[in-house]
Amino acid sequence: MSKSLRFLLPLILFIGLAALLVYGLGTDPSKVPSPLIGKPVPQFSLPDLTDSARTVSTEDLRGKVSLVNVWASWCSSCRAEHASLMALSSNPDFQIVGLNWKDDAKDATAVLQMSGNPYAMIAYDPDNKVGIDWGVYGAPETFVVDQHGIIRYKQIGPIDKTVWDETLAPLIAKLKAEG
Amino acid sequence: MPPLIKTLALAAGLFAVTSAGAFTLEEFKFDNPQQEHEFRELIGKLRCLVCQNESLAASQADLAQDLRNEVYKMMQEGKSQQQVLDFLVERYGDFVLYDPPLKRSTLVLWFGPFVLIGIGALFMARALLRKKKAPDPGLSDDDRERLQQLLAGQGGKADHSS
Repeated sequence: MSKSLRFLLPLILFIGLAALLVYGLGTDPSKVPSPLIGKPVPQFSLPDLTDSARTVSTEDLRGKVSLVNVWASWCSSCRAEHASLMALSSNPDFQIVGLNWKDDAKDATAVLQMSGNPYAMIAYDPDNKVGIDWGVYGAPETFVVDQHGIIRYKQIGPIDKTVWDETLAPLIAKLKAEG
Repeated sequence: MPPLIKTLALAAGLFAVTSAGAFTLEEFKFDNPQQEHEFRELIGKLRCLVCQNESLAASQADLAQDLRNEVYKMMQEGKSQQQVLDFLVERYGDFVLYDPPLKRSTLVLWFGPFVLIGIGALFMARALLRKKKAPDPGLSDDDRERLQQLLAGQGGKADHSS
């Protein structure tokens, strides 16, 4: 090996490792990617939180782009996200469907009465029967489901302006164009 | 606070801690010790997605209890270990397995350290061999004579005592 290369090799290796570190610092290893992307929504049927006579099921997620938002009254990030959801609820391009997860109906209803209801309908899943099928491991999580009932994206953590502008809005525009 | 109350409080605290750790696993009933062993083995192979460094066996998180219940239910239904694992991987991905599986995407993870050690050993071996190949040339005859003289103390100014 030539002399100059011998000297440079450790430096090159170090720069490579440093680059790997910088990349790693920008990622969040606690976020678990979902294996359900590209797959159809799991079959489910749950009572509606606000109207126990009504059922929310897989069929309700067809025909329109849906944001399935997993939330609970005990989840502080969900409260933070609530304002964003209220602002988005008037958007005609999609519907926001709630999945009330591991929560108490009374507490959940109280939150909605206090802060408003952005949801077209809310599936009530107090025992995490349906959450497990969706691979839910925390709140808030939001699944983007297209018009054909296929899961296209999973947002882990609350929806804020950055998430909306950079990820969700372009995706929903794309889904609308796909038609 | 009188010492008796202090002792009682400490004892109560210790009891509370130990019983909190044990209660979640005690609620599962098994028909035989073999089943219980299989269950414990299985939950040891799964990761808690909330406390991500813990297995389902160790974690006290609420979601971990939900998943343990699910594993228990599936075992009672007669599902095999592999079926339970597949069920959870289908929903949560490979990360739910406590041991990363051996796949193309995890080859670097599994073998990377050994490859790096191998490369390091290679460089070390080359460095050592290079040293061996260039032996000490030794002293020429002139130098040897001069050395003798110096050591005998003649013609040398290296003596500090004078």
